[in-house]
Amino acid sequence: MAQVDVLYFAWVRERIGHGSDRVDTSAATVSALMDELVAKGPEYAAAFEDRAALRAAVDQTLVDLDAPLGGAREVAIFPPMTGG
Amino acid sequence: MLVRVSQTAFDPSAELAAFDALGGGAVVTFNGVVRDDTGDLQAMEIEHYPAMTEGALRDFATQAQARFHLTNVLVIHRVGTLRPGEVIMMVATAAKHRKQAFQGADFLMDYLKSRAPFWKKEVTASGADWVAARDVDEDALKGW
Repeated sequence: MAQVDVLYFAWVRERIGHGSDRVDTSAATVSALMDELVAKGPEYAAAFEDRAALRAAVDQTLVDLDAPLGGAREVAIFPPMTGG
Repeated sequence: MLVRVSQTAFDPSAELAAFDALGGGAVVTFNGVVRDDTGDLQAMEIEHYPAMTEGALRDFATQAQARFHLTNVLVIHRVGTLRPGEVIMMVATAAKHRKQAFQGADFLMDYLKSRAPFWKKEVTASGADWVAARDVDEDALKGW
């Protein structure tokens, strides 16, 4: 088990109702971490319902949802970015 | 190289004058401005990922500089609450020749659109909606 800070942005944050969680997890990937979070409540299920609409960063680097978490300290989950 | 995430309004003319003064031969600049297509936009709110944003912008600027032989790069992006007509962001590139400067600016804009951790929300009298990412912006990245 490792302690990981999970951050949420934009409508993912709004659906979950807060901006971050500190969790103990042994999830191997971002996707597996999301599966664990869904068990915490329906707001997580609502936020992570459509995985194709989600993006993630591990320790501030963009990754695919099936990328290994390794020894990540911070995982961010958010919608596709709309800068510029 | 100048990369900045700005909580407050900035003056693109002053930024450009300072950038021009550094020299470069060919300078291309682009400003994004909050537009109001329907006439009822009250504000645009831009959220970002503070721990990641500046590093991501610096990474794109470094890539653009190496790839297009830019002599200088400037990227400024607003966050927070903006009104219609306010400048959202500015990119400037300097190179010996214009094609490199244009291409460098185009590359930076494509990456800022879809790979920099910003999220826009439009606020109108009837509510607030997150701006959806467009496929055309994602597709544009494949050209690089």
